Amino acid sequence: MSFVEYSDVIRDGDVAIVYLNHTSAMPVKVQQGAQTQTRYGVIRHSTDLIGRRYGSKVTCSKGGWVHVLHPTPELWTVSLPHRTQILYTTDIATITMMLELKPGSVVCESGTGSGSLSHAILRTVAPSGHLHTVEFHQQRAEKVAEEFREHRVDHLVTVRNQDVCRDGFGVTGVADAVFLDIPSPWEAVPHAKAAMKRQGGRLCSFSPCIEQVQRTCQALADQDFEEISTLEVLLRVHDVRTVSLPLPDFGQDSSTRDPPSDSTAAPPNPPAVTLKTTTPPREIPGHTGYLTFATKPRT
Amino acid sequence: MADNGDDDHEYKIKEGDYIVLKRGEIFKAVQIVQKKKIIFEKQWFFLDGAVGHLYGTTFEIASGGILQPQKPKNTESPSDSKEAGTDNRNIVDDGKSQKLTRDDIETLKEQGLKGQEIIQQLIENSSTFRDKTGYAQDKYIKKKKKKYENTVTILKPSCRILAMMYHGREPGKICHLRYDTLAQMLTLANIHAGSKILVFETCAGLVLGAIMERMGGYGSVVQMYPGGGPVRAGVESFGFPAHFLDTLHEFPICHVSALLAGTLDVTARDPTADEKQLSTAAEEDPNQTQAEEQNMETDTAVGAGQDQEQQEKEKRREAKAQEKKVKLEEKRKRLAAAAALLEGRNADGLVIASRFHPSPVLLGLIRFLSPSRPFVVYSQYKEPLIECYTKLKEEGGTVNLRLTDTWMRHYQVLPNRTHPVLLMSGGGGYLLSGITVATDGPKPAGPQQSEEPAPKKLKLNHTEG
Repeated sequence: MSFVEYSDVIRDGDVAIVYLNHTSAMPVKVQQGAQTQTRYGVIRHSTDLIGRRYGSKVTCSKGGWVHVLHPTPELWTVSLPHRTQILYTTDIATITMMLELKPGSVVCESGTGSGSLSHAILRTVAPSGHLHTVEFHQQRAEKVAEEFREHRVDHLVTVRNQDVCRDGFGVTGVADAVFLDIPSPWEAVPHAKAAMKRQGGRLCSFSPCIEQVQRTCQALADQDFEEISTLEVLLRVHDVRTVSLPLPDFGQDSSTRDPPSDSTAAPPNPPAVTLKTTTPPREIPGHTGYLTFATKPRT
Repeated sequence: MADNGDDDHEYKIKEGDYIVLKRGEIFKAVQIVQKKKIIFEKQWFFLDGAVGHLYGTTFEIASGGILQPQKPKNTESPSDSKEAGTDNRNIVDDGKSQKLTRDDIETLKEQGLKGQEIIQQLIENSSTFRDKTGYAQDKYIKKKKKKYENTVTILKPSCRILAMMYHGREPGKICHLRYDTLAQMLTLANIHAGSKILVFETCAGLVLGAIMERMGGYGSVVQMYPGGGPVRAGVESFGFPAHFLDTLHEFPICHVSALLAGTLDVTARDPTADEKQLSTAAEEDPNQTQAEEQNMETDTAVGAGQDQEQQEKEKRREAKAQEKKVKLEEKRKRLAAAAALLEGRNADGLVIASRFHPSPVLLGLIRFLSPSRPFVVYSQYKEPLIECYTKLKEEGGTVNLRLTDTWMRHYQVLPNRTHPVLLMSGGGGYLLSGITVATDGPKPAGPQQSEEPAPKKLKLNHTEG
C-alpha cells in the first residue's frame, strides 16, 4: 500500500480506509493485534484485515459490515482528521488540471494545512516529481510529515515549517507550479515567482473572499504574470430516487354519463406514474473559494 | 539556477512538433510542417519562422505570412492621454464618431502599419474617445486590439489547453465534455503513473490523451474501441514522446463478450481465423496468376519482355501478401497483448466517455477491474447515468456511487469592476463515479463470485429448514 501505488492485499502497517456508508469513511492504521471500533462493532486487524484483499467486505462484531478500501487521495480527503479548513475533490481536480500537473512536475504549496491537496498533488507528480510544501504552524507541519511517512510518500515531499510570505518556499527556480492557500496570497506572489522555473510555469491561488482575489490579481499583474483568470467551481450531486406522481381526477364528461353502477367500480387507488429521477440535496456547499490561475512567462 | 543552454533544448520549437496556436482565448492545435500554410482566425501564415524559437513566444504575422518574434513588452495601452469623461450622458451612437472609413483602415494596413499603430489612428480619429470614461476607453482599446493585432503565440500542448480548445472549437467532437468535467474524471478515477487503466471514449482521443499525460509513460492504458479501429487524433495533438505509445494498447469491444466468457483464444483460435483469411488471400492469388498465365499461353504473341513483366508482377504480389501477413501478425500480437492485460481482470481504473449508451459499456467493462478501484462514466445526458446507477445498485459490487455534475463560472477581476463574466457554460455533462468492491461474501470462501441475491436464498433455506 502506498498513496501513489496500488496493492491487492492488506498488510501490517498499511493505512486502509474503512468505508461505512456513502457519508462516512475512516482511515485505519493496520496493526497486528490492534482493534478498531466502528458503529457496527469491532474490527480485529489480525483476522479481519491483514491478508484480506482490498475491497473486501468485513463483518464487525455487532453483525454489521463495512468495506475496507485501498487508500486514494480522494478517500483521504473525505476521511482525514481536520486540523484546518480543507480543499475538497472538486476544487482539487480543477487545480490539478489547470496547474498542468503530471508525473515529474515540481510543485510548491503553502499552506499545507491538513494535507488534503498535498496528497492529490503527490499522487499526480509521482514517481519522478516533488512537492515542496510550506506550513507556518509547527504542529501541523510535524503531523502532516508523519502522515506522509505513514502513507509512504515521504520520498516525494519536503515539508518546511516557515512563513511563506516572509521566507518563501525555500527553493528557487525549480517549480513548474505553485499553489497558494494563505490569508494574504498577494504577499507571497514574489516568492512564488522566485520559486518557479526560469522557463515559466503555472500558479494558482485559492481565496474565499473576493477582496483577496482582487489584491492577488493586482500583485500577479505587477509581477508580469499572464493569462490571469479567476473561476469558481461547485459540485452538484444528483440523488437518484424513484418517485410516484399521482394523476389528477378530472371527473367524467357529463355528456357521456355512465350508469352509476360503473362509477362505483372505479379503482380505489388513484392512478399514478412512477419514475426514476434525481433530486438535489436540500443544502449544498454554495461557495468554497475563488480559484485564480496565472501563467508565469519565461524570464 | 539551472541556467545552462542545454536546459532550453526541450523548450525549443522544432520541426515536426505538435504545437498549439493561441490568440486571446482562441486555440488551435497544429503540427509544424515545412512550408505548410496554416489558417488561424481568418489569417494565413507559415510556421517555418517559429522553428528554433522558444515555446511561449508571441509572433507577429508579417507580410507573406512570415512569423517574426514580437519585441518584448510594448503592450501598454497606446493612448497615454489621461483625458476621460465621467459618464456616457453625452455619447450618442450615430455611427459618425469614427472619421476613418473602412477603406482608410485597409490603406493603413497595406502601408504596413502594425496593429498598435492602427489602434492609435483609430483613437485619434474618434470624436467620442475622449468623452468616454476611463473604463470604457480601456474596453474600446481591448476590443480594437483583438480586431487589429495580428499576433499569435505558440504553446506546448497540454491537457488543459487541448481540453479548452476542443470545448471552445469543436464541442461536438468530444461529446460536449467540458474541461472541468474532464478534470473531475481524471481525479475521480485516480489516474496516476504505474497503474493499468481501461478507457472507452469517443472524444477524438482527448480523454485518452489526458489519461496518458497523467500516467507519464508509466503503467499501461488499454483503449477499448468500437468499430474498425481506435480513434486517436487527439492523442497526437499532445505530442507525446515515442515511448509513451509503448504503454498504449487497444482492444476491440466486439471481442469483449468472448474474452469475458473465456472463449477468446488469441494464441490458437484467432490466428486460425487470420490464417484462413491469409490462406484464402494466398489461394486467390495463385488462381489469378494461373488464370493469367493461361491467358498468356493462349496468346500467341508472347514476348520475352512480357515474361519478365509477369515475373515482376508476381514478385510484387508476393511482397504484398507478405506485407499483409506481417501486418496481420502484428495486429494479432497486439490483440494478444491487450487480451493478456485484461484477462487477469485486475485493472486499476475505468474511464468511459462516449456517445454510446453507457450502461452496457459500464456493466461489461467494470468486470475487468480489481476490487477497491475507482471508475467514472461521463455522459452528456443524465438519464442514461440514472440507468447505470440503478443497474449497479441491483448487481452490487460497487460502493460510493455518485451522480454529479459541476457548475463553473469565470470572473472578471478589475479594480472596482469585479463581477462574474456575463456568459457562462450552461452545463458540462454528467458523471457517475464509484469504487468496485469484492463481490464474494465476508468469508473468503471460494473463487467463484456469489451474487447479491444470495442472502435472500439463504433466508428461504432457513425458513424451509
